[in-house]
Amino acid sequence: MKIDDKKIAELSHLAKLSFEGEEKEAIRKDLEKITGFCELLNEVDTTGVEPLIYLSDNVNVLREDQVKQDFTKEQALKNAPKADSDFFRVPKVINTARN
Amino acid sequence: MRISIGYIVNLRTLKMPVEDYQAVIGLEIHAQLQTKSKAFCPDATEYGMMPNTQVSPISLGHPGTLPKHNKSAVEYAVMMGLALDCDIREHNQYARKNYFYADLPKGYQITQDKTPICTNGAVDIITDGVKKRISLTRIHMEEDSGKSMHDQDIYDTLVDYNRAGTPLIEIVTEPEIRSGDEAYQFITEVRKLVRYLGICDGNMEEGSLRCDANISIMKKGTEVFGTKVEVKNMNSMSNVKRAIQFEIKRQADLLDQGETFISETRGFNPLDGSTFSMRAKEMANDYRYFPEPDLPPLIISDDWKNEIQSKMPMLPKAVSKKLREEMKLPEYDVEVISEDKQIAEYFLRIAEHTNNYKAAANWVMGSIKSYLNENAIPIERFEISPKAIAELILLIDDGKLSNSSAAQNVFPALAKNPNKDVLSLAQELNVIQTSDTDFIGGLIEAAFNKFPDKVEAYKNGKTNLLGLFVGEVMRGSQGKADPKVVNEEIRKRLD
Repeated sequence: MKIDDKKIAELSHLAKLSFEGEEKEAIRKDLEKITGFCELLNEVDTTGVEPLIYLSDNVNVLREDQVKQDFTKEQALKNAPKADSDFFRVPKVINTARN
Repeated sequence: MRISIGYIVNLRTLKMPVEDYQAVIGLEIHAQLQTKSKAFCPDATEYGMMPNTQVSPISLGHPGTLPKHNKSAVEYAVMMGLALDCDIREHNQYARKNYFYADLPKGYQITQDKTPICTNGAVDIITDGVKKRISLTRIHMEEDSGKSMHDQDIYDTLVDYNRAGTPLIEIVTEPEIRSGDEAYQFITEVRKLVRYLGICDGNMEEGSLRCDANISIMKKGTEVFGTKVEVKNMNSMSNVKRAIQFEIKRQADLLDQGETFISETRGFNPLDGSTFSMRAKEMANDYRYFPEPDLPPLIISDDWKNEIQSKMPMLPKAVSKKLREEMKLPEYDVEVISEDKQIAEYFLRIAEHTNNYKAAANWVMGSIKSYLNENAIPIERFEISPKAIAELILLIDDGKLSNSSAAQNVFPALAKNPNKDVLSLAQELNVIQTSDTDFIGGLIEAAFNKFPDKVEAYKNGKTNLLGLFVGEVMRGSQGKADPKVVNEEIRKRLD
């Protein structure tokens, strides 16, 4: 599949990444390879074959509604790129895209 | 769920009053389920705790963690569906809704895309006396995000993940709502129902019940839908109503001026009741839904469904019916008492101990409700037992206590000493009425002796003097004589 600039712009927007110059050409090649591989899979006739979503036959794997709170705030914040003693800190972004 | 209808309407030169437009409104209501733990991990879900103290590697989206579904969350969603006459789906899958935002640590929200747990169903509302049925599109299960605070710090947004992963149901209506009033009634009914079911506390200020409204207007008599605008962040029922009213007017004015407007998301300003542009949907969001492979399918068998049904409490409709048909209460009483589950339960518990339902209703709507209001406490924290109220009613019915002493003396004393026996408390307060005819007889004789001329006048036909004698005897008894007996005894002697 030919990957044009518009497609790269679209994907970059969704992935919150940016590609310019050499990087853009590199990602274009990679994407073309990936989509090429997928196109190969498309040649297989899958009529009547249900998509495989789950690797086991388990259903209804549920837990009872019980609280287990053994993870501390300190542990939670430990690996954050930026945090204070209570909160994770991220660059200011105002957006409402959720739910 | 987001449906984008991007019609651009341009009704140049047309000038029409708001009444010439028909509003088309659909609501999306998110209800936080009142489970103890989160949807997919055992973190606590309590509101108002210190930030980031109710988190775990799963809710923080650390690599290698696996979600496991909370059984109660599923059961609560099914309960809501059953209560609203929905079809309950047997084969359920979860999906990932992908988007980047700081309060969504995994980079995707676990939700149900193509297989909502409930479909169809309806909510009956009454607006200005008119009944209407609002159809539901679907109810699906999903998880809540964390909370971002933008105004605490100049440079950074602060994120608290305590809420991340809290189970939600999203109730989506068909675009059948036509006004702010109808939307208000719809939310009122949904809120009442979730509270009756005990699956959500319905607190809009704290965000446990949230409402988004999709609003468009169209010219009456046409079939062309207008541009749809989504309004978010209305944190009370009256704000939903205000936002809708504002938005209808705003859109009508724009169309009147021949202007077009875009499909966008708008926020609500509670200070002046206006809506404001938040974000244009210039590029339709591509959430790239795909099945969530980490959560195995959920099968809701008929057996399980029946088991859930059997655990459901009495619903508002059934309570109203019982009050109206079995207990013969007037419609006003039915509405006031069935409005709140806890009030209704309290009333029904009084009714277990007395057959005087009307008196029980009067106590609940009168003295008890005023006491709760004055002390600003919910009925769950009201300490007088329903049985004690029934005992008060019995004492009144037996003529041992007057209505006014019960309400003004015994009730307040009981509120202070809720564990005290009602009869002994009334005795201590010296308000028990007597129907002892010897005691009353003595007082009557004393009254007759005091007013011999009035006795004569009564005998000569001035029967309206009865009140004077009753008053005199009641005074003599210091209010403790049963007025009914006093009346009878005086008449026995004079007539």
